[in-house]
Amino acid sequence: MLGAIYAMVGVALTFGIGVLRFLNFSIPGLFMAGGMTTWALVNAGLPWPVAAAAALVVGALAALVVERFTWRWMRHAGPYVPLVSSMAFLLLFENLAVAHWGSDLRTMPRLFGSADWRIGGLVISLPQVVGLACAIGLIWCLSLLLRRTRIGRALRTIAEDSDTALLLGVDIHRLVPLVFVISGLFAAFAGLLFALNYRQVHPFMGEALGLKGISAMVIGGMGNIWGAIAGGLIIGLVEVLSIDAFGADFVDISVYGLLLAILILRPTGLFGGMPAEGARA
Amino acid sequence: MSGYLEGVLVVLAINTVLAYAAFLPMAAGQLNLGVAGFAAIGGYVSAYASNNAALAPVLAIPLGGLAAGFVALVVAVPVLRTRGIYLALATFALSQIVQSAILNLEVVGGAAGFPVTAYIRLPTVAAFAVGVFVLDVRAFQVAAFALGSLLAGIAGGLYAHHFNYIEAQYFNVSLGITAVLYVLLGGTQSVLGPLLGAAVFTLLPEALRVSAQWRYVLFAAIIIVAMALRPQGLVTGAQIRRLLGGAGAREQERAA
Repeated sequence: MLGAIYAMVGVALTFGIGVLRFLNFSIPGLFMAGGMTTWALVNAGLPWPVAAAAALVVGALAALVVERFTWRWMRHAGPYVPLVSSMAFLLLFENLAVAHWGSDLRTMPRLFGSADWRIGGLVISLPQVVGLACAIGLIWCLSLLLRRTRIGRALRTIAEDSDTALLLGVDIHRLVPLVFVISGLFAAFAGLLFALNYRQVHPFMGEALGLKGISAMVIGGMGNIWGAIAGGLIIGLVEVLSIDAFGADFVDISVYGLLLAILILRPTGLFGGMPAEGARA
Repeated sequence: MSGYLEGVLVVLAINTVLAYAAFLPMAAGQLNLGVAGFAAIGGYVSAYASNNAALAPVLAIPLGGLAAGFVALVVAVPVLRTRGIYLALATFALSQIVQSAILNLEVVGGAAGFPVTAYIRLPTVAAFAVGVFVLDVRAFQVAAFALGSLLAGIAGGLYAHHFNYIEAQYFNVSLGITAVLYVLLGGTQSVLGPLLGAAVFTLLPEALRVSAQWRYVLFAAIIIVAMALRPQGLVTGAQIRRLLGGAGAREQERAA
């Protein structure tokens, strides 16, 4: 399940990289915003579907704000500038959450009773299965959008070269916000899945998850959506195997060791991403 | 000098050293997001040396810096084969590995942290920071990555010996990112940029004493706006030349 959440955050990141060559560091913040909004509204007594919908809206709106202040201004600025601004947005979102809710770990009420299935000795919780199905469905819709529709074709043109796309009459100023909104929706959806499944949220919940999402993206190949999903599942698997083999203390060493090894030996990822030279930081 | 003022100035000096640690590789076109990991190596090595080998802090701190620089040299060959965003992410992964490794090292206290007995006051910290600044940092671009990491190690050693306590959690992602932010806010084109960036970053939150979280909110908003309006950073090479009124400035004005 955690693997699926890594995969969703990885997809949110890789979509921005793939189309805009822009590593959006605010995505962990959007993940947190999705999780904490869900918690806050459920806690205020609203039914969970309403809270979930609100979390998605918050994610999309926050992503639009990020677009206004990063990509729009800095498309032609130095290569590190949009990256830095998106990092500043992560700081901003985290500390707004701390200012509003405090920095404590918050616990969600148990929403789904004991909706577990038992198949032999295996316990599968129903919300996990539903969450996983939704994640796969969303990712599938995204890949359909990219391959089959006019918007998808336009986005792939922007991915090739945004200036050429502009010359060819692609409406960049409408499509780029769309990329951010889709990324924001994925991040917020991952956040609300996390909140509903693990029932614990706090303002810095995005950092660890976001870093795993980045690892998922790199391992699968930057810009490659199915690669990010495979990367997320691989990281989930490495974590479980590493806990079995060396104990819980070595989880991060294993995951980031794998990331470093991939970056050095095969920077385009296991499943092919964009060429190393073309990537701007 | 009041304890508060000394505290602020010590943090300023350490942050300045960190800013140059990020600036050196960046001036050579490498984005190092792993400054925190090298600061951790320097902090822990120097703390271990002064605690367990009774080495004086003024020797232990450079030793920590050398250790960080050495680790950087060893990993530089494979890591520098990557470029652009891949290099940034590789340095970042390295920093995460260092942090998790320290969390599991019982000799230095693991997750509980590591008290440091030797204490250094502001003058020592400031002397190191000035030393870093006086070096003409641009002269060393060839080994920028390793030298930057050496500086990060020194910053870690200064921190350990002034605050007398270090823990792996201090050397986290945010530390590495803020070091890069110092440089980018100040500007990458001039040697003075990182100094100004570190000063603004350290003193502005102190000046904006609202409540801790709102300080950071305001601070993040300032970075975003500053980057939008002035992506080249606060100071540029051309401004410095104009300010000093050298021949270069006149030439440039004629050209413009």
